Amino acid sequence: SRSSPTAGARSLSLRQEIMKWNGWGYSDSRFLFNKKGQAEFTGKRYRLSGLILPSLKDWFEGTFGANLQHRSPATPSLNLSAVAPPNLNQPFVEDLKAAGLAVSHDPEDRVFRAHGHCLHEVFALREGRIGRVPDMVVWPSCHSDVEKIVELACKHNVCLIPYGGGTSVSSALECPREETRSIVSLDTSQMSRILWIDEKNLTAHVEAGIIGQDLERQLNERGYCTGHEPDSMEFSSLGGWVATRASGMKKNIYGNIEDLVVHIKMVTPRGVIEKSCLGPRMSTGPDIHHFILGSEGTLGVVTEVTLKIRPIPEYQKYGSVVFPNFQQGVACLREVARQRCAPASIRLMDNEQFQFGEFCFSLILLNFFLLKNFCFKGFDPQHLCVATLLFEGDRGKVLQHEKQVYDIAAKFGGLAAGEDNGQRGYMLTFVIAYLRDLGMDYYVIGESFETSVPWDRVLDLCRNVKERIVRECKERGVQCPPLSTSRVTQTYDAGACVYFYFAFNYRGLSDPVHVYEQVEHAAREEILANGGSLSHHHGVGKLRKEWMKESVSGVGLGMLKSVKEYVDPQNIFGNRNLL
Amino acid sequence: MFSVFIQPRHPVLKKRDDFEDVLEERRRSSDLRYALRCYTPTLYKGLVPCKASMLKSIVLQSDHLQYVIKQVSSESGDSAECVAEEASLILDEMAHRLQLSTIRFFAFTLSKAFKRLFRSVCVNEEGIQRLQQAVQEHPVVLLPSHRSYMDFLMMSYLLYMCDLPLPVIAAGMDFMSMKFVGEMLRMSGAFFIRRSFGGDKLYWAVFSEYVKTMLRNGYAPVEFFLEGTRSRTCKSLTPKMGLLNIVMEPFFKGELFDVNLVPVSISYERILEESLYARELLGVPKPKESTSGLLKARRVLSEDYGSMHVYFGHPVSLRSLAEGKINRSQYNLLPRYIPQKPRVDTHEFLNDAAFRLVRIQEENMVLKPWVLIATLLLQNPDGLELSFLTEQTDWLRHLALAFGAFLDWPNHEACSEVVSCSLALHRHLLSVSAGHVQLNVTDAPQDETTPEEAVFHRAVVVLSCASYRNQILHVFLRPALLAVAMQSANSNRKDDVYNCFNFLRNMFSNEFILCPGDSVQDFEEACYLLMKRGVLQVLEHEIVMSASGHSTLAFLCSVLDPFLQGYQVVCRCLCEETNENLTEKEFIPAVRSFALKLILAGRLKCCEALSSDLQKNALAALLRLKAVRKVKVGDQVTLKVNKIAVNSLEDTLGGKIPTLKPILARL
Repeated sequence: SRSSPTAGARSLSLRQEIMKWNGWGYSDSRFLFNKKGQAEFTGKRYRLSGLILPSLKDWFEGTFGANLQHRSPATPSLNLSAVAPPNLNQPFVEDLKAAGLAVSHDPEDRVFRAHGHCLHEVFALREGRIGRVPDMVVWPSCHSDVEKIVELACKHNVCLIPYGGGTSVSSALECPREETRSIVSLDTSQMSRILWIDEKNLTAHVEAGIIGQDLERQLNERGYCTGHEPDSMEFSSLGGWVATRASGMKKNIYGNIEDLVVHIKMVTPRGVIEKSCLGPRMSTGPDIHHFILGSEGTLGVVTEVTLKIRPIPEYQKYGSVVFPNFQQGVACLREVARQRCAPASIRLMDNEQFQFGEFCFSLILLNFFLLKNFCFKGFDPQHLCVATLLFEGDRGKVLQHEKQVYDIAAKFGGLAAGEDNGQRGYMLTFVIAYLRDLGMDYYVIGESFETSVPWDRVLDLCRNVKERIVRECKERGVQCPPLSTSRVTQTYDAGACVYFYFAFNYRGLSDPVHVYEQVEHAAREEILANGGSLSHHHGVGKLRKEWMKESVSGVGLGMLKSVKEYVDPQNIFGNRNLL
Repeated sequence: MFSVFIQPRHPVLKKRDDFEDVLEERRRSSDLRYALRCYTPTLYKGLVPCKASMLKSIVLQSDHLQYVIKQVSSESGDSAECVAEEASLILDEMAHRLQLSTIRFFAFTLSKAFKRLFRSVCVNEEGIQRLQQAVQEHPVVLLPSHRSYMDFLMMSYLLYMCDLPLPVIAAGMDFMSMKFVGEMLRMSGAFFIRRSFGGDKLYWAVFSEYVKTMLRNGYAPVEFFLEGTRSRTCKSLTPKMGLLNIVMEPFFKGELFDVNLVPVSISYERILEESLYARELLGVPKPKESTSGLLKARRVLSEDYGSMHVYFGHPVSLRSLAEGKINRSQYNLLPRYIPQKPRVDTHEFLNDAAFRLVRIQEENMVLKPWVLIATLLLQNPDGLELSFLTEQTDWLRHLALAFGAFLDWPNHEACSEVVSCSLALHRHLLSVSAGHVQLNVTDAPQDETTPEEAVFHRAVVVLSCASYRNQILHVFLRPALLAVAMQSANSNRKDDVYNCFNFLRNMFSNEFILCPGDSVQDFEEACYLLMKRGVLQVLEHEIVMSASGHSTLAFLCSVLDPFLQGYQVVCRCLCEETNENLTEKEFIPAVRSFALKLILAGRLKCCEALSSDLQKNALAALLRLKAVRKVKVGDQVTLKVNKIAVNSLEDTLGGKIPTLKPILARL
């Protein structure tokens, strides 16, 4: 069912072949409990790969009241008969083929592009339930291919859904139920070249389908980096970052995506939108980039982006600080932000996450000495929390910077806890998403979500949202108290980005996903009631659409709608996100 | 209007906890050992430990207070240091100095005193257990009813007894004039607020920050009286919003996940201040709180005050209460330390919540058999035969129970036995001779007493007695409003009756606890109760009295009669007032002497018209209905009466003072 006159079918879906169809990340990398009941992480890709984590079982069973005897395995493979036959717009398909574009209506290709990584999406896949999926996939290989596709889509009135890395957690990739036209997934993965690098201006011009780790690796080979490292960077694409207003871990040095882009080219049903020069800043009315940044695939396809690049830093150093409690930790981060001396990354985990980290690692990398030492100094293991740090730059400055930050930390009762602890924290970032799949094998479901909030409300918001989650779970019949934890992951002059992790054991619930969604909904209401934003960087998608008006005012929403109406009157980009 | 979606409340189905007498244990074991026992209260899970002295600096350094200090300083031109100093003095004057040793002293002395005063002090054990739970979960606000000075002593006593954290209590400044006692109360957790500080921003800021800080840190349960002051009539008073707003704000602003509001109903079989209140209502000013006055009160120690009941209601979660009513994100756009006046919707919510909490207090208030007897005696000023009184009491008991009254009726005791016990306890209000029971109103006047003094004497007894009847009014109120409405509507049409009901409800909403906006619900409830009792048939468009319903309706009408009469007297007085510049201050004396004249002339029998409480409530209603306006002339507030409006209100109320009819006819 695949026709690809130019490229081999295999290369079109290279990623698809090495990645899970119903879970996070690479097929060869997963957590499992071995026959001895010990957790291990398979594969060879990560530093954690091949390691045994003997105490994860205790943490897992203790935290969730789960039991390794009670398994809830996923459907092993995709049942192709569950996929509805494609609703093809034949004239459109003919025209695409005539233009030499690679297309497919293979069910696996379609299912793979029909979802992001929201809990309900992955849960349904594991159960083998397949909803509406795109009717076909098209792979443009350059900007003009996209122009052609969009032109034909307009001509034949089909619905286009751009697809980059597929890491959305806002239901953005879900096909709208009410869509009756043929839905075409526009996969940008073949547009992944760095077109040029300008060392004089330190910019790179890149096709938008490139995946984060490839971009970074290729730039590194030339001695540069973008420094944009969202937690999903192994899989997410440049175009996706632009379309969702992504944020990277090291934004304190490099900035968020909106600070990194110099120029964006996007194909819309009205034509191509772009600026006429590469000036670093301009006063030409409202910045048109801001119509594109965060447009979530509703206006067009981002095809090429000019980004700032930086020389690879000479020196990197991890670090960690232990605080007697979360309040002190937040106060320290606030002070660091006030003095504008935040390291490349600074994150503060609460006690529950600290305990998880301990459980994960205490037996691999012995650190008892350190922990005992702290206990003597009056740290209560039930309250202490840990901040992880990453410094970057030239060596002298890093060391100086490090001292400054540790001095501030000391004022808030913080004690330096070593580089290893810090590095481990960041390592966890990439494997933590794999943990959800492990949980789902044993009746545990969970998710993370984020917000941004002014400094003075950080503590209240964290406490109230965590408590709301616990209360809602109890009211909805969840037997064991859920895991409900938070961390501060970014600092700004005027506030912080806060992440929540939330998971529970769903044994005994008839509709766990519904319960999960109700709790997440309540948690979001609580966030908004406590002065938090609808989203810091995950975006709105369809999951948080209902709060858009409240978030940006009726007039604000009207402005966005009128832009959509002008740019895409036929609703070709009909994923129905955001508005 | 009569929406089927409104479920009638089913007060009868309300399940209440059992009581245990806490004095029983005290009568068996050593008070001293009890006072010195190990006290380990249950604590709030989020407690931020802090000493009373620390509390002061937290308050003074708070962003909120610092903001207001700067604001006041720039407005007044005084230096910020100067204003800060003033704030510090205010706080010194206000702050409690809770000490366990003082509590132990009270535990000892109050044990002695309570055992002499009361036969029993009954507390619902389950309520205490719920409170134990609530105290751990979220900061707690204790909201006791207020009938006596004894209330907050008793509260702290009980909490100490049950190993609950001792509360900090908002008390009126007037206590501070009692030198020694004021300080003792301060050391047992009372903090003192001025009675009026209207426009004083700084005072308000210190006060509200002090209360909020204690609440936020989980320092101690905050206790205050929703009614603001002791009810002299034993009717619940219209709640005050100020403190309620303060304790709710930390939740609105997200500083607390939730607050547990715990209504507590404290009821007395005999109120210590009984005749004191009656005198006060009749215009004899209350003796200023003084230590020597309290010592004189030693006399009260030798009397029998029967039993006392304390009912800890279910904790009300503020979060659930505010669900869907308060949009907390309204506070997102302003730093939280900047004081904001509550918005209209917040104000409505506060009002609604306050009324509901007072209703809960009312519903959990234990009623003694005497309350029924007092109701009957007031309706029969010429007295009743004891046997008939017993029969009537039994009838009334069943009616009250059917309406959901929380009646403490001794099990397995003959009705006659119960009645005679009650009569014995309240003998000072009665005269019983040859099987005839009567209120002690015809006590042979001394030779030298003037007719005025005789009326006054009678009124003291009537008002004392009324304070017992008033305890059960909330049970009969809605059916009684319906009964009067049916009588005055002169129509069986449901719409007409409802209109009358609504008018009366509106008229009396300063007198009784009637939640604003609950008119339809109240009407449905009244219909439901009377229908269930077989008094009425409620058809689709009509309300019809049943053949057997007459006596119940007649009884219900006479329950409201004193108020109908009293309000009419107030209206008449205002209509006949010739002084165009009647000041607010002159209002009570004017109505009082007007009513007195009517009584002396034999044209008015109802002594309750002399009650200043009723008069004030009537004026408040007239002001609310815009029949009277306040006009500021110089530094005096005068009352401008719209005589046509007042007169028409009086007419609508029924024109029940027969001797006044000719006057009405002339108009």
